[in-house]
Amino acid sequence: MSSIGTGYDLSASQFSPDGRVFQVEYAVKALENSGTVIGLKGKDGVVFAIEKLVTSKLYEPGANRRIFTVDKHIGMAVCGLIADARQIVDIARREAANYRSQYGVRIPLKYLNDRVSMYMHAYTLYSAVRPYGCSVILSSYDCTDGPAMYLIDPSGVSYGYHGCAVGKAKQAAKTEIEKLKLTNMSTQELVKEAAKIIYLVHDELKDKNFELELSWVCADTNGNHERVPESVFTEAEKCAKQAMDAESDSDGEDM
Amino acid sequence: MFNTVDAYSAPPLWKNGPSPCAFHNFPGTNCENNDFTQHSQAPVTTATSVIAFTFNTGVIIGGDLLASYGSLARYRNCPRVMKVNDNIIMGAGGDYADFQYVKDLVDQKIIEEDCLDDGFKLKPRSLYCWLTRIMYNRRSRFDPFWNNFVVGGIQEGLPFLGTVDKLGTAYEDNAICTGYGAHLALPLIRDALEKNPLMSEEEAKALLTKCMEVLFYRDARSYPKYQIGVITDDGVKIEGPLEVSQKWDLAHMIH
Repeated sequence: MSSIGTGYDLSASQFSPDGRVFQVEYAVKALENSGTVIGLKGKDGVVFAIEKLVTSKLYEPGANRRIFTVDKHIGMAVCGLIADARQIVDIARREAANYRSQYGVRIPLKYLNDRVSMYMHAYTLYSAVRPYGCSVILSSYDCTDGPAMYLIDPSGVSYGYHGCAVGKAKQAAKTEIEKLKLTNMSTQELVKEAAKIIYLVHDELKDKNFELELSWVCADTNGNHERVPESVFTEAEKCAKQAMDAESDSDGEDM
Repeated sequence: MFNTVDAYSAPPLWKNGPSPCAFHNFPGTNCENNDFTQHSQAPVTTATSVIAFTFNTGVIIGGDLLASYGSLARYRNCPRVMKVNDNIIMGAGGDYADFQYVKDLVDQKIIEEDCLDDGFKLKPRSLYCWLTRIMYNRRSRFDPFWNNFVVGGIQEGLPFLGTVDKLGTAYEDNAICTGYGAHLALPLIRDALEKNPLMSEEEAKALLTKCMEVLFYRDARSYPKYQIGVITDDGVKIEGPLEVSQKWDLAHMIH
């Protein structure tokens, strides 16, 4: 890497001569070791799907979750260093609670996104702190404003998305997402597609075990962010596995 | 300290350092004046009795919709029987503003519980105990919440009913009435429960209706419109506004 040995990568508060902040770029590298996280925004809701890599058989199933509920109506999926991410989740929860106590209504996602991204940005400004080694995706659904989804980088940059992916296989996942007609799809369809994509981009050679996590926030859940119900989850997972089997069969025929 | 940090805002970047999204407060320029205290209070806009008792399969709570300003019937659509979650219902009497404040605390509590995402829901006995802490804490600071709270629910398959007052005094019973209700309705309920310990939901509703009627005739701060909350194994129902059937034929005979 060009940054190493130049001395410009020792602090988050220093630019390199060509105008980069290396510490922030290193933080982005932390995401590349993490399981893939995707968010899909359809016509009536947002779906999160996560490839949670299980590095040891000794972990209990369901440990170290990567999908969180920030407030009733807001979901957060995280990618990168889990401990860093939990800090961001906590900050977002405080922000949401504060807004609720001040104004008596649920926090708009646009506003929460602003606050959380500015918070993450603050950690790219001082030499005494390091940037967060995580990206977060925020989602919500509102019956008047419709679904919304934002992705925040370790640099504090955030954009609204129809479909987004971060983590190990983000390129492959993005390619798959681009094939979908997201704006016409219902959350029911999105859940299946999301599960399929996670199974598809999972690299069995490098990472043996993973757990799928699925959540949604949509009209059917009254705008609440919830893990998808057991029945929907098993159905989506079954579909994804079938799709994988079909694919490997056709690969076999080609050979 | 540079900035005081409350539970809602992000902690400082480092110890005694600046907080993200807070104005920098130079040492010695802090001109907050916190050396006054106000002891004691009086309720302002008040709600009258809460009527509650357990029956065979659940708990029923009733309260009218009036918030009085002294003896003036000031606000006539103030609900104070609320669903807390699928396990708990709550009724409140006393200062209406204090009730609204505590209601927000309870609602936030429920959101925090939901965020834990551990599959458990707050149970009535826990909320009841938590409320005793809130109320006792405030009375110990000589600034009580001027309320009576009645918490009802189902715990371990059995109906639960408990109450906390502004002093933090708390007890459980199978019939609880606050304010005038304690004098006028409680004897009726105890009598009915003694004669019919395995009261059905319909009988309970009829008894509560009778109590609301008696209270309306006798309590000058009462109102003919009221709400009832019922919790059974089937879930929570908040019904109303219901109307007291009035009959004043006898009035001219009373001197």
